[in-house]
Amino acid sequence: MEEELLEEILASYRGDRGELVPILQEVQDNLGYLPEKSMVDIAKFIGVPESHVYSVASFYAQFRLLPLGRKRIAVCRGTACHIRGAPQILNRIEKTIGLKEGETSDDLEYTLETVACFGCCALAPCIRVNMDVVGEMTSEKVDELFPPVIEGVKNDQ
Amino acid sequence: MTNEQKSILVGLGTCGISVGAEKVFSSLEKEVSNLNLTENIHVKRTGCQGFCQQEPIVVIEPEGFFYTKVNPDDAVEIAHSILLGGKPLERLFYREPITGKPIPHYRDIPFYSKQERILLKNCGKIDPEDIDDYLTVGGYQALRKALLEMTPEEIILEVKGSGLRGLGGAGFPTGLKWEACRRTTCEEKYVICNADEGDPGAFQDRSVMEGNPHSVLEGMIIAGYATGARNGLIYVRAEYPLAVKRLKIAIEQARQNRFLGGHILGSEVDFDIEIFQGAGAFVCGESTALVRSIEGKRGRPKPMPRARTTEIGLWNRPTLLNNVKSFANIPLIISNGSEWFAQKGTEKSKGTAIFSLTGKVVNCGLIEVPMGINLRKIIYDIGGGIPGGKALKAVQTGGPSGGCIPADMIDTPVDFDSLTKIGSIMGSGGMVVMDEDTCMVDVARYFLDFTRRESCGQCVPCRLGTKQMFEILDDITKGEGRPEDMDLLIELGEAIRRSSICGLGRTAPNPVLTTLRYFRDEYEAHIYEKRCPSGVCRVRKGSD
Ligand SMILES: Cc1cc2nc3c(=O)[nH]c(=O)nc-3n(C[C@H](O)[C@H](O)[C@H](O)COP(=O)(O)O)c2cc1C
Repeated sequence: MEEELLEEILASYRGDRGELVPILQEVQDNLGYLPEKSMVDIAKFIGVPESHVYSVASFYAQFRLLPLGRKRIAVCRGTACHIRGAPQILNRIEKTIGLKEGETSDDLEYTLETVACFGCCALAPCIRVNMDVVGEMTSEKVDELFPPVIEGVKNDQ
Repeated sequence: MTNEQKSILVGLGTCGISVGAEKVFSSLEKEVSNLNLTENIHVKRTGCQGFCQQEPIVVIEPEGFFYTKVNPDDAVEIAHSILLGGKPLERLFYREPITGKPIPHYRDIPFYSKQERILLKNCGKIDPEDIDDYLTVGGYQALRKALLEMTPEEIILEVKGSGLRGLGGAGFPTGLKWEACRRTTCEEKYVICNADEGDPGAFQDRSVMEGNPHSVLEGMIIAGYATGARNGLIYVRAEYPLAVKRLKIAIEQARQNRFLGGHILGSEVDFDIEIFQGAGAFVCGESTALVRSIEGKRGRPKPMPRARTTEIGLWNRPTLLNNVKSFANIPLIISNGSEWFAQKGTEKSKGTAIFSLTGKVVNCGLIEVPMGINLRKIIYDIGGGIPGGKALKAVQTGGPSGGCIPADMIDTPVDFDSLTKIGSIMGSGGMVVMDEDTCMVDVARYFLDFTRRESCGQCVPCRLGTKQMFEILDDITKGEGRPEDMDLLIELGEAIRRSSICGLGRTAPNPVLTTLRYFRDEYEAHIYEKRCPSGVCRVRKGSD
């Protein structure tokens, strides 16, 4: 399935060098991340070494080389968020869902990441869950959004 | 009800949407159609109204009633109030924070009345997804004038005469850049709009693109004609999906109306615009890194000495790069004339400045002020002061490349040169207010954490220097700082500033150097007394 999808995506490009970033973006939009195989195929398609594709994919913060959780939580690290308590919000989320920044849970439920700023500074501190920005975050809101998992009940074997 | 045409404007920028403005919009639409009022009442989508903190915002025109923090459930009452002869809903009015007095009209709210909104004039008034709305407020008239009545040289003269300086941060005179690009002889040239807006704490470019995307396109098309370029590109950061969507719609509509494509408005001019989405790297806001990332490479700036991007840019062709707001100013300058523009601002910084006013300030939002206004007016008159009766400590401008201006310097005028003189920069428009509860060492640590992550890694001073500075600052905030660390930070900072390849490294030490200059006592408290005066850092006591 992945391969068909990749073929379909590549069919709408010419294979120019300047298309590398847009192709990686579209593949990631569809697959959630950049599987190794897709990068190999993209390298062939554009006619550049695999190492080039990898070097570009690993340079930009947007690209992920591992699968993501169903709920992607991004905590804004912008300046306004920082001085209005983003570090505490991040801390709280880390504790609640038991993940550190950059990690994905084994059951692929959550991915926790931070982003430089999504420009909602007037509503600081804010986070984004998948596509939705939630502003004026508080610890209470964290608990509402991510009900604490009770130890032992998390994985029902 | 009277037959007068009414509009209900709903601010649908990213800020508004994040607090539920879309639901407000659809319930208003539904209610108006339930009441069979669609003929008389137009429920209109607009971009950001600027007063982001009061979102969702609904404005009733022509009266100018301003409703704040509107709920979807308020829709019924809002629609009925218009039906019943326009008696407004007082409970939704904005209230004077101190007296609690309701203020019905936005034009009377100090947040708005103290601003000078020329570039933002139509942001929050027009529907950004409808080109006709832009045309009704005089949109594309400047393009018509430029293409049909002016030569490229005349346009460049006009832009030079206006004194417009690039609003992406560096403040380079826009007219001179255009002239340099025009002079190049290459057949193929590019016009690129820098919408990377990587400065954390800034959202003014996003708001302009979301609220009035056609103004940016119009400026770019005029630039294309003036420089002789046929290809336009907007480099937008991927974190701005709504801006991308609205720009795409705007480009499509502009093509349909023959403002883009071949033989624009029947002239000999061809110009088209594509969108390129950045992939999340602050350094790609720098011109040569931006170009490389479009070329499918790692976004690493070209070392000096190198040719200017204006001469050798994208695919080695002459490339004109300007910021979103620089382009959006162009239609205003062409329509109203350079003199009109040059009257505003100061001798060396013309026009207006747009800031994202955020942090510890009562009124957060997007503001536009004449260049040269002082910080006091921005923070107290427009921003409404510091919440909770706290004391102002500092104002940060210019993001990671800028500095922290202490409270006792807030009479400094806001323009390119004055801010540079006191160690900060104008930047592209982030302005973060800090109060007594903000720790300046923590702020310095925060910015160096940012630059250390965003350094492209190509040159040693930036890659290792920012990391070293960060680690020293981290130690200080933990109570592990040594007295000699302060001088070491200055020495390192100066070295990084002098020897880095690009603007990222060259300006990265600014937040540290300015906080050391103006808030040395806070560093000393952390180092000597193992104490964070603002209570932010977890300073470890004792000698462990
Ligand atoms: C690290 C770095 C990041 C930058 N980021 C931006 C940006 O996000 N937006 C922008 O317009 N200019 C940015 N610039 C400035 C650009 O290099 C360039 O000066 C500007 O886009 C020119 O447009 P202007 O003349 O209209 O200001 C950045 C510069 C550096 C060194």
